[in-house]
Amino acid sequence: MALEIRDLHVTVEGKEILKGVSLVVERGATHALMGPNGSGKSTLSYTLMGHPKYEITQGDILLDGTSLLPMATDQRSRMGLFLAMQYPVAVSGVTLYSFLHAATSAARGYGDRNQKAISGRLNAHLMPMREFRQEVNEKLDFLQIDPGFLRRYLNEGFSGGEKKRAEILQMALLQPKYAILDETDSGLDIDALRIVSQGVNSLQDEMDMGLLVITHYQRILNYIHPDVVHVFVDGHIVKTGDAKLVDILEEQGYEWVRQGMV
Amino acid sequence: MSANHDALRDIKDQAGSDFRTEIDYTHQSRRGIGDDVVHEISALKNEPQWMLDFRLKALDAFLDMPMPEWGVDLTTLDFEQFYYFMRATPSSQRSWDDVPDAIKDTFEKLGIPEAERKYLAGVETQMDSESVYSSLKEEWEQHGIIFVDMDTAVQTHPDLVQAHISKAVPIRDNKFAALNSAFWSGGSFVYVPAGVDVEIPLQAYFRINAQSLGQFERTIIIAEEGSNVHYIEGCTAPQYAEAALHTGVIEIFVKKGAHARYTTIQNWSRNVYNLVTQRALVDEDGLMEWVDGNLGSGVTMKYPAVILRGPRARGEVLSIAFAGDDQHYDAGAKAIHLAPDTSSIITSKSISKGNGRSGFRGLVRVAHGAERAQSKVVCDALLLDPASRSDTYPYIDVNEDDVKIEHEATVSRISEDQLFYLMSRGLSEAQASAMIINGFLEPFVKELPMEYAVELNRLVQLQMEGSVG
Repeated sequence: MALEIRDLHVTVEGKEILKGVSLVVERGATHALMGPNGSGKSTLSYTLMGHPKYEITQGDILLDGTSLLPMATDQRSRMGLFLAMQYPVAVSGVTLYSFLHAATSAARGYGDRNQKAISGRLNAHLMPMREFRQEVNEKLDFLQIDPGFLRRYLNEGFSGGEKKRAEILQMALLQPKYAILDETDSGLDIDALRIVSQGVNSLQDEMDMGLLVITHYQRILNYIHPDVVHVFVDGHIVKTGDAKLVDILEEQGYEWVRQGMV
Repeated sequence: MSANHDALRDIKDQAGSDFRTEIDYTHQSRRGIGDDVVHEISALKNEPQWMLDFRLKALDAFLDMPMPEWGVDLTTLDFEQFYYFMRATPSSQRSWDDVPDAIKDTFEKLGIPEAERKYLAGVETQMDSESVYSSLKEEWEQHGIIFVDMDTAVQTHPDLVQAHISKAVPIRDNKFAALNSAFWSGGSFVYVPAGVDVEIPLQAYFRINAQSLGQFERTIIIAEEGSNVHYIEGCTAPQYAEAALHTGVIEIFVKKGAHARYTTIQNWSRNVYNLVTQRALVDEDGLMEWVDGNLGSGVTMKYPAVILRGPRARGEVLSIAFAGDDQHYDAGAKAIHLAPDTSSIITSKSISKGNGRSGFRGLVRVAHGAERAQSKVVCDALLLDPASRSDTYPYIDVNEDDVKIEHEATVSRISEDQLFYLMSRGLSEAQASAMIINGFLEPFVKELPMEYAVELNRLVQLQMEGSVG
């Protein structure tokens, strides 16, 4: 049971960004992918989730043995893949509550009944309100988020920290098998970082989730401890090791790895 | 994907408004326009002489006035092809038991019985040219509120009708107002006495249900001093091959300190010409709100207007238009400031899909003497496809120095990043698009009573089918 990336090559607008990435994240394991800005880390996360802008020219992505390549983004999500985004997009007029309700319902399979909803009961594609309300309240409590947050429009006017908390709230509700955290620590102050990290850790324990933590800095890795660390430079993994690698990178910077490559 | 698509279409066919109920029309005028048709209508309705004279005068005006050559394409509109009067049942009904089964069946499909349950007797319904069902809560009668179909009002309250008809929308205001004045049938008459607050909205369902039937409802709402009333009109129509014509005239009188709101959701089928004149005269400290949702019809010309003639009078027009394939809206609003310290807010939101075209035409006029008038116009357009089109035509005419006029316009598209974000949370592309659109419409939807908000969301969902999935 793993999220497996095999020799992945990806181009964006004709330019090759990922140049053969291979990686296996087992259920329950935490992998950190560290690399400098512009190395292609976010391209990897978007590609895994199926953003149409990224073209896979070679390789495969398997989730528990099933290739994700023929699947659209929403299908990948329903397969149990989650991406906590670096820059969550705002959607005006859609409350966080109604969005979470729809998304959680889709994850739980209510979405399959959507077609009936058009002819019959309008909300047949949504999980019962009471049930959802109770669950979302538990998660809010757990992540120390003010319930008033739910009435705001999705990511509209959210601070950096609020956006990241909202991402983890979504993760908590969708209960994925594998989650990618893309620069989740950016925009978080130290208290928020601790709360978010604790949230991620206990979700991981609870659901035996496989985690791929993409980050520029070691900061978040003080809270979410990786089993495996990959150093990512110029579209591929140049070094893999255990948690000690984080400290070496912190001391010596990415130059050290670059020099090692030569 | 295409199987899904077909399934959706089937569902739409069942659930949409494109169904038809066979009804035995007890009376039908000949096709086309003429004195004889006017005489016939007036005689069948047992109208007083003054109303017949009004109609004949209007017919002369109609024949005399040129077709508008701006806005939408009306070159294919042939007035001679329509029937100008049909009567589905011998007379207006007040008891549900008296309503013919075929008509009940249509109402069943439209969800009227539910409204009946919810609002007890507070439903005014028009089917084709005349109201077949109309009832009024006893409570309202006790407060002196009059809520009847217009034909009844001519018989029971001729003085009130005569004192108000064509006072907000003159016969010669535009060619279609003249046409309506000559051939009008049905519509609602609402009178709210001074100081009375009508807590439950008054609702009317309109429906064109016969091929080539012109629908010419005439509505008058009088909100006396300090009163408060909300009137809701919702429309659906079955689909026919030949074009149908809808030219309603709605006149509203908001007296000193009164508040009136008129809400429409129209979903005429695509072959309908929807050419409506809506106007409110607002006295001092009065407030008029037009809430206008347009999803159906082929071509639409509609510019709800507020004439702010008393000091501190306020007017708001909040409208949405969803133009799908082959639909063309030329809609908007007018705010005429005639008195000091008057204010208006015009908010227009439009969505265009496929080759749909949505135009906003807004007029703000500040007359000499309307010092310190304020007006804000905001129009936002959302385009769903490359072929979709949106146009904005703002007209501002200010004859005072000390005024504040704002105008904002935005045009946007559903972004790939928004779709990706929502889909990454497991929502299908159709769900994600609908969610973005519903978000865009939220400022409008939140002004609607719950059941209308639900209906609108459903109509948007049906409208979306075809562009996504």
